[in-house]
Amino acid sequence: MDWEAFKLSLLLAACTAGVLMPLGLILARWLAFHRFPGRGVIEALVMAPLVLPPTVLGFYLLTAMGGNSSLGKLWIAIFGHPLAFSFEGLVVASLIFNLPFAVQPMQRAFEALPPDVREAAWVSGLSPWRTFWRIEAPLAWPGLLSALALTFTHTMGEFGVVLMVGGSIPGETRTLALAIYDRVQAFDTQGAQLMSATLLAFSIGAILIANGLTARVGRRHG
Amino acid sequence: MAEPGLSVSLRQSGPIPLDVAFTCAPGEVLGLVGPSGAGKTTVLRAIAGLYRTRAGRVGVDGAVWFDSETGVYLPPHRRRVGLVFQEHALFPHLSAAANVAVALSDHPRAERHSLAMALLSRVHLEGLETRKPAELSGGQRQRVAIARALARDPQVLLLDEPFSAVDRRTRVHLQAEIVALRKDLAIPMLLVTHDVDEVARLADRLCILDQGRVCLTGRPDEVLAQPAIRALLLGDEAA
Repeated sequence: MDWEAFKLSLLLAACTAGVLMPLGLILARWLAFHRFPGRGVIEALVMAPLVLPPTVLGFYLLTAMGGNSSLGKLWIAIFGHPLAFSFEGLVVASLIFNLPFAVQPMQRAFEALPPDVREAAWVSGLSPWRTFWRIEAPLAWPGLLSALALTFTHTMGEFGVVLMVGGSIPGETRTLALAIYDRVQAFDTQGAQLMSATLLAFSIGAILIANGLTARVGRRHG
Repeated sequence: MAEPGLSVSLRQSGPIPLDVAFTCAPGEVLGLVGPSGAGKTTVLRAIAGLYRTRAGRVGVDGAVWFDSETGVYLPPHRRRVGLVFQEHALFPHLSAAANVAVALSDHPRAERHSLAMALLSRVHLEGLETRKPAELSGGQRQRVAIARALARDPQVLLLDEPFSAVDRRTRVHLQAEIVALRKDLAIPMLLVTHDVDEVARLADRLCILDQGRVCLTGRPDEVLAQPAIRALLLGDEAA
């Protein structure tokens, strides 16, 4: 078992979820409650990582982060090392390939709220900010939880984009999914089996917990 | 000089055409009646701040909530308005008492629960405070909605088809409660309904709307005596 790769995967998943959940929530809420020209284009862009082959997405991200790109040059100027093939680069890539997994469940959850319930909150004297905390968030909670579970587990298991953007540098960018691939290449079937089983159990466990909490919220709302 | 009560003037050519102007005195019940699509609910939403018309003015007791000429527009949470929605619009994750307490945010936290209980008692819901909306009947939910609207200590009470989602027996009880409430509340009350008999019983004055315009305003007996108005309203009921 490659514990270093496991810890790195956990760290990547935690960083991705920590940054993407608040940003995704703002985007999801905006898309759910506002109608404006170009909304369809933004929704299509959010969904794109779901349909693009991971290698294609990884290639574009690698190009965007490379030393010859504006982003790559800026990164080197500020931090003194390239963004591509670094843990930070993996986080940036992870934020992008997880967009649909974070935004979609939250957007659908907000869209499912009856409009008159939000309006009732406003005429009851709640500001939009307090309406979010007291009414919208508790009612959309199952969607937020699904988004968190999907983002976390998907990051843990992502292979193509991570390989393209991060390579497979031990301790830096070699996640559990890449470590499994390396073990198979080295004919270490037992090691690959153990790590695959760990990833499988972790993913199913996370989804079971999310589903269990969602059902509990459903019962609490009567 | 502050003008008492509610004065409303709303004008726009689209997307929902409106050209209405009326007043409602403190303690008066004004029935807004008209066929479907006449703009009744839009008028209520504009008064509550949930819909902004292109032009117009909404004033309450001398204060201006909306004035397109001066650019004044108070958001809904800053207007002291009680709005009872057609489908209750209760917060499904909160108990009856908590639903009411949400509208008591201007009061100290320690007082909110007891005030909510008093308001629920006022609408005869003692013993049901801890129930969620899904555990209440349609009539009980509407009583919670009325208690929540009153919790705002409103300057105007707006009732949007408040009896349409309940059975006939419950409707009679709720109507009796509205009659009792208006005796205690010295605020303008606007009642939107399709039911001509109901509005004739409850309202002091009727304002007949059709296609976003005021056709006629007056006492219910005078207004409903007009054959053209009866045809307009009863035609809608029959439909």
